[in-house]
Amino acid sequence: MLAITRIQSRTTVLPTRDIDTDQIIPARFLTTTTREGLGAYLFNDLRFDANGQARPDFVLNQAAADGCAVLVGGNNFGCGSSREHAPWALLDYGIRAVISTEIADIFRNNSLKNGLIPIIVNAATHDFLLANPGVEVAIDVADSTLTLPDGTVVKFPIDGFARYCLVEGVDQLGYLHQQMDDIRKFEEQRPWTP
Amino acid sequence: MGAPRTLFEKVWAEHVVVEETADTPAVLYVDLHLIHEVTTPQAFALLRDKGLPVRRPDLTLATMDHSTPTTPVSTLKDLLVVGEGAAAQIRQMEANCAEFGVELHGFDSAHRGIVHVIGPELGATQPGKTIVCGDSHTSTHGAFGALAFGIGTTEVGHVLATQCLLQRKPKTLGIDVSGSFAPGVGAKDLILAIIGQIGVDGGTGHVIEYQGEAVSVMGMDERMTVCNMSIEAGARAGMIAPDEATFEYLQGRLHSPTGDDWDSAVSRWRSLASDAGASFDRSVSISASSLEPMVTFGTNPGMVVGVNEPVPDGGSDASFRKALDYMQVESGKPLTDTAVDVVFVGSCTNSRLSDLQQAADVMQGRKVADSVRMLVVPGSQQIKKAAEEIGLDKVFREAGADWRESGCSMCLGMNGDTVGKGQLCVSTSNRNFVGRQGIGARTVLASPMTAAASAIEGRVADPRPYLQRVN
Repeated sequence: MLAITRIQSRTTVLPTRDIDTDQIIPARFLTTTTREGLGAYLFNDLRFDANGQARPDFVLNQAAADGCAVLVGGNNFGCGSSREHAPWALLDYGIRAVISTEIADIFRNNSLKNGLIPIIVNAATHDFLLANPGVEVAIDVADSTLTLPDGTVVKFPIDGFARYCLVEGVDQLGYLHQQMDDIRKFEEQRPWTP
Repeated sequence: MGAPRTLFEKVWAEHVVVEETADTPAVLYVDLHLIHEVTTPQAFALLRDKGLPVRRPDLTLATMDHSTPTTPVSTLKDLLVVGEGAAAQIRQMEANCAEFGVELHGFDSAHRGIVHVIGPELGATQPGKTIVCGDSHTSTHGAFGALAFGIGTTEVGHVLATQCLLQRKPKTLGIDVSGSFAPGVGAKDLILAIIGQIGVDGGTGHVIEYQGEAVSVMGMDERMTVCNMSIEAGARAGMIAPDEATFEYLQGRLHSPTGDDWDSAVSRWRSLASDAGASFDRSVSISASSLEPMVTFGTNPGMVVGVNEPVPDGGSDASFRKALDYMQVESGKPLTDTAVDVVFVGSCTNSRLSDLQQAADVMQGRKVADSVRMLVVPGSQQIKKAAEEIGLDKVFREAGADWRESGCSMCLGMNGDTVGKGQLCVSTSNRNFVGRQGIGARTVLASPMTAAASAIEGRVADPRPYLQRVN
């Protein structure tokens, strides 16, 4: 995985709360056997009408969203299914960080493993971002900080190991493979076998 | 004597290969890896790219369930009813399992079915195991006192390659369920009420343990329904301590231990229950006695009311109003006047024999309303067979319902079993998200009994008047 240290972008805002992974990418697009090209289906049923025409009122279809790499969602972003297709679709579309007051566990894990930065902020920061779409923010992954347009620096929680892997571009499978001696020893010494 | 520990803490501790530190997560050993066709192709591709084998095919169990047709498959042409993409995914799964030496319960297996139904049915799901799958409803297996949770495809690759996962230890949430269920009310109503109470993010970062007198009298099918929807409360997993009902369910199943191994397993399993005095990071309590049949009215499973209760008023909450607009329901009115187009009995939440039996008890001698299309999809081929042996298929068919082959089917509509645009489906599945069952489909989550009663009346209906069988 490529190292990710800094993201600077305007925000795009989807204020609905509890945006689930079925909305991020509907199940009918999960018949793929690769991870490429899923950005085409990101928020498909919100972005497009039944005839495949872009809905002009949907935020990502508006000119202001062009080039935005930071998505601000309503509370509890990414709940539902474990489909990793959700972060794959967001990344393929060009979204590199998601901000909310709460981010569902599996979606957060999947995001960190693919270089999509899940950022949890308090209600005050969230309210500001919801009320001011399009503001320029800066994310420093190594410092775990989000810098707002007025220079306010907000610290966000991120697992230290996940951050290390993101910043150094470390492949977690490679790290797991380094534990193989311990894994074998565990298998040999456990009192019962599955 | 150490400090009293919870069920979760005991299972977790037994599977830590490398302890977590401030800088690194724990390396957690996986006893059973369940895989299916949708969330594994990219993981197998990764192994192929890196030249890695599946490290423990003996601890890996494969089936096909999400994109499979629920009409019988005997030729390749049958497979195409699900569409070329789904058919290609199914063929890829067969090729991957053959190449990597993983046993697959495919179309020729009498044990094929929804992954969370066949794990327990085969006896592969056992107390004290760690179980993962690239599917959020893996929490189902916690009904046996296993620590079971959903993972993404990258993590599926990690487990295939190493049999381990990197994990931070989650927090614990104890949910005490007191009292007893009234007739016509059961496990599905309970878990919907719990999600309504704690919210769809109420369990985030936690593993739930369900305890209390109402839990201890539940059968295994009911316990699976409850644990299954732990994820709908945002929890990583749901667990119930194993007891005599658990052991009775498992004895004699294909993968269950036998002879002396069975005795020693049972004695180990008995020690898993949370110790007296063990504490949870958070605790919640709920009474089963006061529950009504529950139905969802919105677009997430936490938007739920008793079937005769009015839909609440969300005030100025824009997301709430948007959900009601999508569902075409009104605050202040119960759902019982809402017309129903489709009824789906199935999914990893409610497709087991007792679920089908409960729906059939309501349907017996009655007819599906003319305006309703009803689909009954058993959770596995074994359940289908068992149901047919006791004539449940006949009850459904004579009522005018479709009786299908097993699979995930209309829960997520990947296989072509979908709900039409704007149609309302009373569904025994687990998610009422916008478009989940089809583009523009409106979903009301309910128990098998409530779904059956709604099929008969052609509107959302209270099942309690139907509890007397018609002979």
